Amino acid sequence: MADVAVGKDKCGEQRLVSLPLSRIRVIMKSSPEVSSINQEALVLTAKATELFVQYLATCSYRHGDGKAKKALTYSDLASMAEESETFQFLSDILPKKILASKYLKMLKEKREEEEENDNDGIDQDEALSYTKKEVL
Amino acid sequence: MAERPEDLNLPNAVITRIIKEALPDGVNISKEARSAISRAASVFVLYATSCANNFAMKGKRKTLNASDVLSAMEEMEFQRFVTPLKEALEAYRREQKGKKEASEQKKKDKDRRADSDEHDKSRDEDNDEDEERLEEEEEQNEEDEVDN
Repeated sequence: MADVAVGKDKCGEQRLVSLPLSRIRVIMKSSPEVSSINQEALVLTAKATELFVQYLATCSYRHGDGKAKKALTYSDLASMAEESETFQFLSDILPKKILASKYLKMLKEKREEEEENDNDGIDQDEALSYTKKEVL
Repeated sequence: MAERPEDLNLPNAVITRIIKEALPDGVNISKEARSAISRAASVFVLYATSCANNFAMKGKRKTLNASDVLSAMEEMEFQRFVTPLKEALEAYRREQKGKKEASEQKKKDKDRRADSDEHDKSRDEDNDEDEERLEEEEEQNEEDEVDN
């Protein structure tokens, strides 16, 4: 019995998860299709979130520009979300920041590109009809 | 269940501590980066819950369980989390077992009266409205323990 008591003390000192389970539960339950969550699933999700925070921070820091200045910046995170496939699901909430002038320029370029593509489309159609004729 | 939007945020102090522990000493984390990671963590919870729920539905179960969360990690391409999570689950189960044995010992030591106190304590943390679901969960937990 003494062994059990020691084990319990240890667990008490270094808790299994540091994120509050009640808050994790509220977030999980905010998903409408979820009806109930077992305690083990809750603990695992909290632990997974901790691992995720560590992983996102280290990956972004290692690949980021801020490394030279010993800093982790927003843009390090945003480029991680954009470039890595695993973190792709974050790209909507971690958008890359750009200047308004740059955005307008991008829009203009995109429009021009689309016009070019339309022209290409016509060419391709013509080419297609040619090949069809040849086959016949 | 209506919740305020700020209820969906995770506590900044805890998030910051986790980030600091993961990065080398002396790295400065900008305020914007902290709040971005915090938001990302909330989205991660929702994403994981939704994936896990799909697995529960496939298994025709209403309650999300540990294996659903582990399957969700693989689906989300976070396979690297599976081993540490399994270890955490083992530790959690040991802890629960220890608690159970300790409380059983208490019962023997004290009296029958301690029994009702113990019951109240375990319910304190949860909302009253969740009581019905809690009972369901307790059943589930007992089942899990039998499996082991």
